[in-house]
Amino acid sequence: MALIHIWISLVGLVVILYVMLDGFTLGVGLLFPGAKDEEERNLMMNTIAPVWDANQTWIVFGGGALFAVFPLIYTVLFSALYIPLLTFLFGLIFRGVAFEFRATSNRKVQWNRAFFWGSLVATFAQGLTLGAYISGIRTVNNRFAGGAFDWFTPFSVTVGAALIAGYILLGSTYLIIKTEGEIQRRAYRQATWAAWIVAGFMLLVSAWTPSVDPAIVERWFSHPRVQFIWFFPVMGSAAFLFLLVSLKRRYEIYPFVASLSLFLSAYLGLEAAIYPMAIPPHMTIYEAAAQTETMIFTLWGVGIVLPVVLGYTIYSYSVFRGKVTAEEGYH
Amino acid sequence: MDVVTLSRIQFGLTTAFHILFPTLTIGLAIFLVVIEFLWLKTRKEIYYRMYRFWVRIFAINFAVGVVSGITLEFQFGTNFALFSEAVANVIAPLMAYEGMTAFFLEAGFLGIMLFGWNRVSPAIHFFSTCMVAAGASLSAFWIMAANAWMHTPAGFELVDGRFMVTSYWDAIFNPAFPTHLAHMLMASYETSAFAVAGISAWYLLKGEKVPFFRRSLALALIMAAVCAPLQVLIGDLRGLNVAEYQPAKLAAMEAHWETNPEGRGADFVAFAIPDMEEEKNHFEVVIPELLSLLITHSADGQIKGLKEFPRDERPNALVLFWTFRAMVAVGFLYLLVMLWALVLFLKKRLYDTPAFLKTLIVIQPLGFIATIMGWITSEMGRQPWTVYGLMRTADSASPIAAGNVVWSLTLFVLFFGLIGASFFYYIFKTLKKGPDMDSEIPPVQLLAGMEPFGEAQESMEVK
Repeated sequence: MALIHIWISLVGLVVILYVMLDGFTLGVGLLFPGAKDEEERNLMMNTIAPVWDANQTWIVFGGGALFAVFPLIYTVLFSALYIPLLTFLFGLIFRGVAFEFRATSNRKVQWNRAFFWGSLVATFAQGLTLGAYISGIRTVNNRFAGGAFDWFTPFSVTVGAALIAGYILLGSTYLIIKTEGEIQRRAYRQATWAAWIVAGFMLLVSAWTPSVDPAIVERWFSHPRVQFIWFFPVMGSAAFLFLLVSLKRRYEIYPFVASLSLFLSAYLGLEAAIYPMAIPPHMTIYEAAAQTETMIFTLWGVGIVLPVVLGYTIYSYSVFRGKVTAEEGYH
Repeated sequence: MDVVTLSRIQFGLTTAFHILFPTLTIGLAIFLVVIEFLWLKTRKEIYYRMYRFWVRIFAINFAVGVVSGITLEFQFGTNFALFSEAVANVIAPLMAYEGMTAFFLEAGFLGIMLFGWNRVSPAIHFFSTCMVAAGASLSAFWIMAANAWMHTPAGFELVDGRFMVTSYWDAIFNPAFPTHLAHMLMASYETSAFAVAGISAWYLLKGEKVPFFRRSLALALIMAAVCAPLQVLIGDLRGLNVAEYQPAKLAAMEAHWETNPEGRGADFVAFAIPDMEEEKNHFEVVIPELLSLLITHSADGQIKGLKEFPRDERPNALVLFWTFRAMVAVGFLYLLVMLWALVLFLKKRLYDTPAFLKTLIVIQPLGFIATIMGWITSEMGRQPWTVYGLMRTADSASPIAAGNVVWSLTLFVLFFGLIGASFFYYIFKTLKKGPDMDSEIPPVQLLAGMEPFGEAQESMEVK
């Protein structure tokens, strides 16, 4: 029991780390068409070039961990969301190769497009996946028993659109930290309008979610959740206000921190709506979990290896800290 | 076509495409470690330039490897959900460990390796290269363990159709694993060595940047000279392991239909068109009793024929017979080329024998082809099982509509075709541009007492 709780927290942590880290990476891709010229695009690319692969690795690890400790989430979800998940991967493929191909190419325009469309498709498909997951998946005997297009609903499309706005917010506030001059000025403007759109989407999705699955309201207001559930909207509102203020005052680090907090508040509110479901509406995490030996064996790895991974990830970010300059060319 | 067949085609195609890239990544990473070590130790500028040139090839290759690899990890769930559900307890943790210990290591230090030139000391840069190389080889460790388990499952008990783990040690170090891993790692090192050798030979033939590519060729040939004989040896051990644990696969690989009678060795089929329907070989050319000698190391050792196995448990002999032979042929060809290299080395004619250099260029892609042929032999030889002898491929696919897979397979072919073509285009572009000999070395990388390239060139010519 305790093991399952530790693991669902860890998987939750890995997912939100992925969302935050690849979120700003994909966000920079979404902002690519806003750049004026090739030089600006080079600079924007250089802000994420040393870290994008490590950021993306969190979803690879997330997939592996899910497969290992909650195999039924992995098998049911991946069969049910076949099309959005593979669409997500197709997006990642084009986003990923664009870094090296663009750097080598003389005609960069096609890889600029691949980079933008890859990021856009990956982001939207991620949102579709999330929306469909919240809406619930038809299972019989713990196996997927729905149709190929069950995931395609107005709700999931809305979540997809919301995620685009969300990643634009993360990308633009990240660019504020890493750039100066014209790109930074533009990033402040982009972040400001993205902030409002994200806030609008958060209200819309929060209001809509209970009608997607009535059990959600029940879980929100069940004991002991009812005692702290108020905290997440308060945290979200505070983060939003802090974001607006810090953008207005032209702070450099705070807008990014505020955006991450905004994401975190939405994520925690969502977790509170779904826990202890592994796959809404019927399968719980206790049914979805692997055998105890598997969870223990994998936990050893996480306990020993993951702190080291976090250590050198932080080190790598510190190596590349500070503003990115035009002189710092590609390898 | 049904979901199983389509999913098999998709998984096979995407794996075959993907494996080309890590094969080069794993070997080239070791090559880069050696070059950077020489740079730090000898302080000769030529090694710095060499690193900067080969790392460009490495980076382009790595990116395609990463993005094509992610799709594989997802396909276990999207396309083979029932297989994944059954085996998750045993092999899924190996993939989680691969992510933790290998992918993070590669990705985390790749940034510093490619972009950290102005920001870290030479020692830290070298450390990063080592970590990327370690990550690449570690990744092979975990994925080969998981794959080998599908061939020789161990360390589990079956409970209601699910594989429950009893010992991870036994599961990871299953009987096929040591030779399986060694064979793949060696394939990567050998293929990469011949790739570097082929590219270097091309420049030498053109007479461009001669000292630079002589040095590259020398290092590549040293690596190839170690790998080529070792790989033949490991391949033999691998074959013996298959004979012991997967006799049906061995019989199909050798197109060996009838168990040889007592007191008479099994013949080795040198050429044949195996016919699965009629259970025999057409146009057969055999070498008497050689197969027994090869497999049992005695002239009349008994080897089970394919007919001993029920029809629905036989892998396809026509495919296996030929893919296996193609792979083995490349292995021996590479060994012969290295013997030729030895002769030329003793005559001090290694760099200026055009026929040898041309051969190196021509045979360069064969390592990649052999790797794919080996994988086809191994995985189609596992059929009709996903877990050898215990779980059928037919019972492994996801409960999804076939249309899903038609859609994704079409896009995979399209996108991988496009990306593969672009990959070659940019690799050739980088090669054509050649090494950069003049750009300034970042101040933090300058080593005290560095021997500039000009002097290195002269000392080469004196030699």
